[in-house]
Amino acid sequence: MNNKYLEEKFQSAIDAEVKIEPRDWMPKKYRKTLIRQISQHAHSEVVGMLPEGNWITRAPNLRRKVALLAKVQDEAGHGLYLYSAAETLGVPREELIDDLLEEKAKYSSIFNYPALTWADIGTIGWLVDGAAIMNQVMLTRTSYAPYARAMVRICKEESFHQRQGYEILLTLCRGSEEQKALAQDSIDRWWFPALMMFGPRDNESTHSQQSLKWKIKRKSNDELRQQFIDVTVPQAEYLGLKVPDPNLKWNEKKGHYDSSELDWDEFWRVVKGHGPCNRERMEARRKAHADGEWVRDAAMAYAEKRRKRETVK
Amino acid sequence: MQDWPLFEIFIRSKNGLHHVHAGSLHAADPEMAIENARDVYTRRMEGVSIWVVESNQMHASKPEENDAMFDPADDKIYRHPTFYKIPDDVKHM
Repeated sequence: MNNKYLEEKFQSAIDAEVKIEPRDWMPKKYRKTLIRQISQHAHSEVVGMLPEGNWITRAPNLRRKVALLAKVQDEAGHGLYLYSAAETLGVPREELIDDLLEEKAKYSSIFNYPALTWADIGTIGWLVDGAAIMNQVMLTRTSYAPYARAMVRICKEESFHQRQGYEILLTLCRGSEEQKALAQDSIDRWWFPALMMFGPRDNESTHSQQSLKWKIKRKSNDELRQQFIDVTVPQAEYLGLKVPDPNLKWNEKKGHYDSSELDWDEFWRVVKGHGPCNRERMEARRKAHADGEWVRDAAMAYAEKRRKRETVK
Repeated sequence: MQDWPLFEIFIRSKNGLHHVHAGSLHAADPEMAIENARDVYTRRMEGVSIWVVESNQMHASKPEENDAMFDPADDKIYRHPTFYKIPDDVKHM
């Protein structure tokens, strides 16, 4: 069977909404693109634990602490679902981790921003998880089935994350002037970075066309970004917060909000490794991996010991 | 992680239902795999039973052989109840 015939058959299946499973034939580039995308999604979940993990010991009360702890634990689990899905494509876990630690693989740039105040924990849940949910709901219809199934599971769990964040902001915005100011300062710093989570503009996104053709992506970056703005602005208004975009305006004719062009220089700067926390995040990940080596080795030694004991019995 | 084998995880959500494939994870041995599966896949009371199988013990059919593999069943409609004509007057059938 020649390659061209297989590729045409593959594209017909994609066009007919047939899902691709791990052992199905797929173009080399489809496999490679998915390994990159799914593993980077996984890395994002794990690195995403860092800005929030920092606040677990600093949460204002027990309810907030248990919620934040549960959220961060969920993120670890989400990382696992995604590494699992990536591994179905034939790449070993160790290789994926090495690529992250050697900075050959990326993670979502949003996690290169610091969580400076308690209000940021609310804003991260509301805006960052909110943007992730929008992307992930779209991906529940992605053509590669293990990725889609992981997304279904993640979406069910992610909605508590967003509600947890919004509830924090509701408390702050119904509180003292100082608490309201904390919330406003938070959205001032996180609004545009959250919009950048949807990636470069469509006409500057090299992977987008092929991703859409193979139905890896089901909606374009700009489409999702606009959807997010339309959904989120009323939520900000309910809180009494001002979205820090002077050009934000409801466009009756289009049925969407008009908004400012993003600072694409900043976008590329952070993607290329020059954001506020890039170095700190990578150091934390490398340290965690190095510090955990004795645990991994000990687990293997113990398993071996247990197996030997069982054999002797 | 290079030494930890990969396990496939199956969860029965409640008695009466089948175990359903939930995903995979790495663990040092089956006991650890079960504990890790509990930690990851039953956080919201989604399980009453966990099965773990080392991935290299899973055997599967080949999708490229699907046509030959599943084709014989396609034209055997007499295996379906609707193939058989029973008058309406006959009850409980």
